[in-house]
Amino acid sequence: MTTAPMAEPAPGFTLDVSGTRPVPFSRLVNVELRKMADTRAGRWLLISIAAVTALVLVIQLSVVLSQGLFVELRDFTVAMNTPMGVLLPVLGVMSVSSEWGQRTAMVTFTLEPSRLKLVLAKFAATMLVAVAAVVVGMALSVVLNLVYGSLSGHHVIWGFGTPDVFYVLLLHIFGMASGFAFGMLFLNTAAGIVVYFVYSFVLPGLFQLGAALMGWFADLQPWIDFGAAQNPLIDGNLTGTQWAHLAVSGLIWLVLPLAVGAWRVLRAEVK
Amino acid sequence: MIKVEGLTKTYGGFTAVDDVDFVCQPGTVTGFLGPNGAGKTTTMRIMVGLTPASRGRVTIGGHHYKDIPNPGRHVGVLLDASAQHAGRTGREVLTVGARTMGLPDSRVDEMLELVSLDAKESKRRVRNYSLGMRQRLGIAHALLGEPSVLILDEPANGLDPAGIRWMRGLLKEYAERGGTVLLSSHLLHEVEIIADEMILIGRGRIVARGDKKSLLAGAGTTATFVTALDNEALAAGLKDKGFAVSSAGEGLRVETEPVEVGRVAADRSLVLTDLRAAEEGLEDLFLSLTSDSQRDHLTEGPAA
Repeated sequence: MTTAPMAEPAPGFTLDVSGTRPVPFSRLVNVELRKMADTRAGRWLLISIAAVTALVLVIQLSVVLSQGLFVELRDFTVAMNTPMGVLLPVLGVMSVSSEWGQRTAMVTFTLEPSRLKLVLAKFAATMLVAVAAVVVGMALSVVLNLVYGSLSGHHVIWGFGTPDVFYVLLLHIFGMASGFAFGMLFLNTAAGIVVYFVYSFVLPGLFQLGAALMGWFADLQPWIDFGAAQNPLIDGNLTGTQWAHLAVSGLIWLVLPLAVGAWRVLRAEVK
Repeated sequence: MIKVEGLTKTYGGFTAVDDVDFVCQPGTVTGFLGPNGAGKTTTMRIMVGLTPASRGRVTIGGHHYKDIPNPGRHVGVLLDASAQHAGRTGREVLTVGARTMGLPDSRVDEMLELVSLDAKESKRRVRNYSLGMRQRLGIAHALLGEPSVLILDEPANGLDPAGIRWMRGLLKEYAERGGTVLLSSHLLHEVEIIADEMILIGRGRIVARGDKKSLLAGAGTTATFVTALDNEALAAGLKDKGFAVSSAGEGLRVETEPVEVGRVAADRSLVLTDLRAAEEGLEDLFLSLTSDSQRDHLTEGPAA
């Protein structure tokens, strides 16, 4: 049925791209940060993380004051870990999965065809948010510790060194990165969040049950239970063995999902 | 500018795109026509690297899409106007694009003005946009980086008649300035007016290509609509010459070219009030060429 022969390429048929620079990585990170806050869902999630953390700390303060308990900065940071530990991974899941749910990945990947570069930019953006969240959370804890001191009349006790700040940071970077990994694995917000919560709240219980019931499993459990391995980060002061537990279990439950998830995003047909 | 060579995409046993070859020249509009599911979208997705090809290749200006640095500055793409975050405002969608490409925010205002989205509309969330507004936003997004190539999938879908006319003017002018345009449609009339070259695809294969004239010539059948003051006398004259005549509306439909009808009228001194080629020739051709790939076999009749 072909009627007209194909014409030979006309002059000007080639595209001169020599004057165009690739999109710099820093610009992609900036855009990804913007995308986390420029929708109502994203903005409110960020606000909720700060608001819920503040609320939990204020409740803690009022309980402590009314019961006449004696606390220090560490007690506030432990309280802060709970809401942030739940909400930051949700943000991590959504930063990836919303691109699929809202199908914006089609636009994102046409403006930057290197998917690896985009995945790394997204990951960097979520890490920056995690760091910012920890900074805000620590600042809130410090403020409330001061308020506690002035209202209770007790001496204000800090007792929180640089390593402790580093441990808290590590804890939330792990949480955010896990959420990010599950977002990539499922490319679906609901599935990513549900599976993340099963993984982070149900799995540790099962591991402990298994360890209690089976002797051989009790020896294995510390090496494969990422949740339990992170607990020393909250208390501070990790031993060499605890670091080893963290590294091995993290390899299984964080690095592996990240790798498989990234592989999926790099390969997935973007619909 | 766009060169598609031996492109094939299979999903398991299903061949979505089957050995497709075509070229889009700078300064022209190429219409990519076919029924839904014919393989247009898959071909365009492969072009911009969203879907890997099973065989064959596509180059844009001699490059694979993934090798074009900051591709938004060279190739404007609109694959699905609804593929935007429903919670972002129209302005924000363009701002994210402009920031990625490294363009000033003033470019966003220029594009909003170009596609006639006013300040109030641009601040509304895409969720509240009509399909027509989403298409305008998508066209604005494709044009953001001042690309020299445009790849648009069903851009007229959801536009009102005034919008379709606006888009035609925009693309025509874009091509006249040397740009390359590839646009797809499942509706012939949307494309035939502006396309310099048409590529008809059905069931993943190219079934015909060329400009409107050569496609019609290839179709071989021509018909004429004619109205005379005395239709009966004209009908008798035409039948004497051996042309098939049937009544159509106020006039007649004759299975020959307008010039033959004019001759008969002149010979018999009959006054004509209307004489024109039956325009549905191309549409018939389009439907017949692609009918075996339509999802619904509506009027196939008994098998021969």
